[in-house]
Amino acid sequence: MFSNLPLLSILIWLPVLGAVVVLLTGGDKNAKLARIIGSSVAFANLMLCIPLYLYFDSSSYALQFAENHLWIRVYQIHYAIGVDGISLAMIILTNFTGLLVILAGCEAIKVRVAQYMAAFLVMQGMMIGVFAATDAILFYVFWEGMLIPMYLSIGMWGSANRSYASIKFFLYTFLGSILMLIALLYLYNQTGTFEIQKYYGLALSSHVQELLFFAFFLAFAVKVPMFPVHTWLPDAHTEAPSGGSVVLAALMLKLGIYGFLRFSMPIVPEACEALAWFMIVLSLIAIVYIGLIAIVQTDMKKLIAYSSIAHMGFATLGCFMVYDIIRHTANYQDAYMSLEGAVVQMIAHAFGSGAMFLGVGIMADRFYNHSRLIKDYGGIATRMPVFAAFFMLFAMSNVGLPGTAGFVGEFMVIVSALQAHFWIAFVSALTLILAASYTLWMYKRVFFGPVANEHVAEFRDLTWLEITNYTLLAFGVFFLGLYPTPVLNVLHVTIGHLLTQSMPLSIVH
Amino acid sequence: MNFTMPVFSVAIPDIFMLCMAAIALLVDVFLPKKKRIITFFIVQATLVITFILTVSQYIHYPSPIITFSGNYILDKLAIILKMFICVVSFFAFAYSREYVNERHIARGEYFILGLFAVLGMMVMASAYSFLSIYLGLELLSLSLYAMVALQKDSVDATEAAMKYFVMGALASGLLLYGISMVYGATGSIQMFEIGNLLVNSTPNQHMIVVLGLGFILAGLLFKFGAVPFHMWVPDVYAGAPTCMTLFIASAPKIAAFGITMRILVEAMPSVQVQWEHMLTVVAVLSMFFGNVLAIAQTNVKRMLAYSSIAHIGYMLLGIIAGPNSAEGYSAAMFYVSTYVIVAAGAFAIISILSKSGKEFEQLNDYRGLNSRNPWLAFMMLLLMFSMAGVPPTVGFFAKLGLLEALVEAHLVWLAALALLFAIIGAYYYLRMVMYMYFEEPLPGASSTPIKLAPDMMIAVSINGVAALLLGLFPSTFIDMCRISLV
Repeated sequence: MFSNLPLLSILIWLPVLGAVVVLLTGGDKNAKLARIIGSSVAFANLMLCIPLYLYFDSSSYALQFAENHLWIRVYQIHYAIGVDGISLAMIILTNFTGLLVILAGCEAIKVRVAQYMAAFLVMQGMMIGVFAATDAILFYVFWEGMLIPMYLSIGMWGSANRSYASIKFFLYTFLGSILMLIALLYLYNQTGTFEIQKYYGLALSSHVQELLFFAFFLAFAVKVPMFPVHTWLPDAHTEAPSGGSVVLAALMLKLGIYGFLRFSMPIVPEACEALAWFMIVLSLIAIVYIGLIAIVQTDMKKLIAYSSIAHMGFATLGCFMVYDIIRHTANYQDAYMSLEGAVVQMIAHAFGSGAMFLGVGIMADRFYNHSRLIKDYGGIATRMPVFAAFFMLFAMSNVGLPGTAGFVGEFMVIVSALQAHFWIAFVSALTLILAASYTLWMYKRVFFGPVANEHVAEFRDLTWLEITNYTLLAFGVFFLGLYPTPVLNVLHVTIGHLLTQSMPLSIVH
Repeated sequence: MNFTMPVFSVAIPDIFMLCMAAIALLVDVFLPKKKRIITFFIVQATLVITFILTVSQYIHYPSPIITFSGNYILDKLAIILKMFICVVSFFAFAYSREYVNERHIARGEYFILGLFAVLGMMVMASAYSFLSIYLGLELLSLSLYAMVALQKDSVDATEAAMKYFVMGALASGLLLYGISMVYGATGSIQMFEIGNLLVNSTPNQHMIVVLGLGFILAGLLFKFGAVPFHMWVPDVYAGAPTCMTLFIASAPKIAAFGITMRILVEAMPSVQVQWEHMLTVVAVLSMFFGNVLAIAQTNVKRMLAYSSIAHIGYMLLGIIAGPNSAEGYSAAMFYVSTYVIVAAGAFAIISILSKSGKEFEQLNDYRGLNSRNPWLAFMMLLLMFSMAGVPPTVGFFAKLGLLEALVEAHLVWLAALALLFAIIGAYYYLRMVMYMYFEEPLPGASSTPIKLAPDMMIAVSINGVAALLLGLFPSTFIDMCRISLV
């Protein structure tokens, strides 16, 4: 029955439609209704992922659930969507996070509830669109369209410095994307189509490849964010409401990696190979230098934001190590593990850092002036034991403790990097120490010790809604940490195919 | 010289409009003061009927007809431009009604002058010789000068009218001077003949024509308001009554696009390299100064004035890329017609918010608009994002078309530059959204909910939602622009 339904279109547009309905409930006197509609739409969307997963044929790398309609005749722009293994995993993750954020918003947001729900639902729809789009312009439309609700959510429900942070966020990402648009138009002029698949294996001179590489690089590196274009992230994360931070960390950063996998590597493989050293250096800087910066943060959200950048460094490292690995070992299996490790790291990071951002939100909402400073807290473990236990789990996932989600990806990347280059593996492995120091030191200061002040003394433990949220996230952390096979199964074939597409001819022969 | 009878039937919409303008003028004189609203309805009905007549022409005249001794052309471009002009003017007048009423600006005259201005634009759309182009342009300009000045008790408006008139007259002078040079070189003022005569021009002829081209472009760019001929734009936009700003910023831009296409593309393709170079300089300067200076403004009307300068710069990009790409001209036409819709919407929101003696034109007035009237704030948000060129609004697809044409014409650097300026521009549109959504009204300022008349609400909703829907389904509109320029 599901084979005939335009399942992907429903996934994209149901939240948008839901957003319109939510807006119709009007002002805050109908806040309860808005909450119910918002969460049921998000829930329905997550449920729709079940048939998507079940009917997905993981033995094929072909695009599935494909839809294709002519959209703009002149430029041959199509409304073309479809999923492969990577996008399927990301779409499910998006829906999972979407529900989580809406549920968290039910508790935390007291003003303009309907608009909040609508903004996050639209954002969810746009993000699914980005992962599903197989037409370059459609991709770009979703990619940019998502900025509008994110901009509004930072600005409307953020903290004191929100206007600055939201405009910085918007302009930064907007600036990143422009060269990508020109690159896409250039490819269109070469091929006469905007279909992304047609760009793979295009015979482009190495000079053109390098120019295209940098055009894509700017767009995706800003999103990841990679050093040195990461400076928008700490601001955006700190000022955003905790729901916004979760979406930023769990999903929006992944778009950058997804872009590298979908555009840079298969379209300009030679440039990627030639410039892999550049990407590896930037990734290592992110892992070590940003990790050091995270240690000295006094603001919890900023700390987690910097830790996100460091963790994303792992994902980019995993992506661009493949060339070195194959050159050294000529073994596709190792390169394959590196790439898969990067994708797993992407997914794992969503659970760990998303949960920690929610946790900061939970604490700040209870504090009288919504402080996020570490020094204002202390001894929370005695007042909120359940919360402290949950937070410990997510902190451990962030550190990369075996058995949690955070371990799998990092381990895969480090082990495969070891095949190629000892020192790269060594430097990247420093993260295990750095992550432990900034995460656990923060944990110690916030949760242990004597109760810091009378405000903390009044803290009450988690509500049932917050417990539901955290249980879902804890499930994700353990699931990916202990039994990642269902996820890896979906990824296997697609990543294998991606790897062959991303290999320049010089390496293959 | 033998005289051939012109084909009057092709000019029926223009003739009808002229008759109705005359009738409205007569009727208005005899109407008692309270019933002068009738003039408004006559004018609006005229626009609707003219629109219908033009649409029927679209069906009846599939191939171009040149008549009135070569002064008048009826082709797809003329017909579609006229359709746009009628629709946009209809909305502009609809928005004006309440504003004009409340401020006791001479009501009947306002709409009658407006109708003459529309007639001028219709003539411009169909003009095929320098004579008729000048005729249409002056009919339009003189009506606009008078309309700006109609608010007699406002110092700003009078000053704006004066500036507009002096600058406009100068521009007309430049245009005429350029025309005289082209006439001197070719001995013709008819577009098609000039085009033919210039194919085999002598070096001397060529030089005079290039000189003439410079003056003609200066005149045209004055009317468009592009850098370095932009000085009047902010003053006039800010000083004129808002409904008048709306009108100046909208339909005339479409008509000006029409005559630019006739002069540059149909009469002067032989000096294409020269006008491409001149326009490139003007476009880059306009995008730069328009966007940068808009950031410094605290008055929304002035800000949008600078933004319009920048947008004209973008539109010129399409004309620059036109000769070397398949879709450059149609991209420019799509750009200008969608910009006009969006700009009209933005000025309309300013004008309908300006009620009971308070002009709603400072940035600070927009603080907290979202809590005072969420729907109106949302409409303004759509229009602002459309101007910034953020998908899925129509502004993005307009820019996309231009960029595609530029890349196709191997002007990638210009495309990158255009996008860079678009980012600078995005800042002040975002700031507007920031004021409406993130800020609270200043202490002492009114913070009560804003109620609007239902007809204004509907009109502004159509306008705002159009910015979104044309973005989601732009294909038909783009095709219309393409048909008119094959």
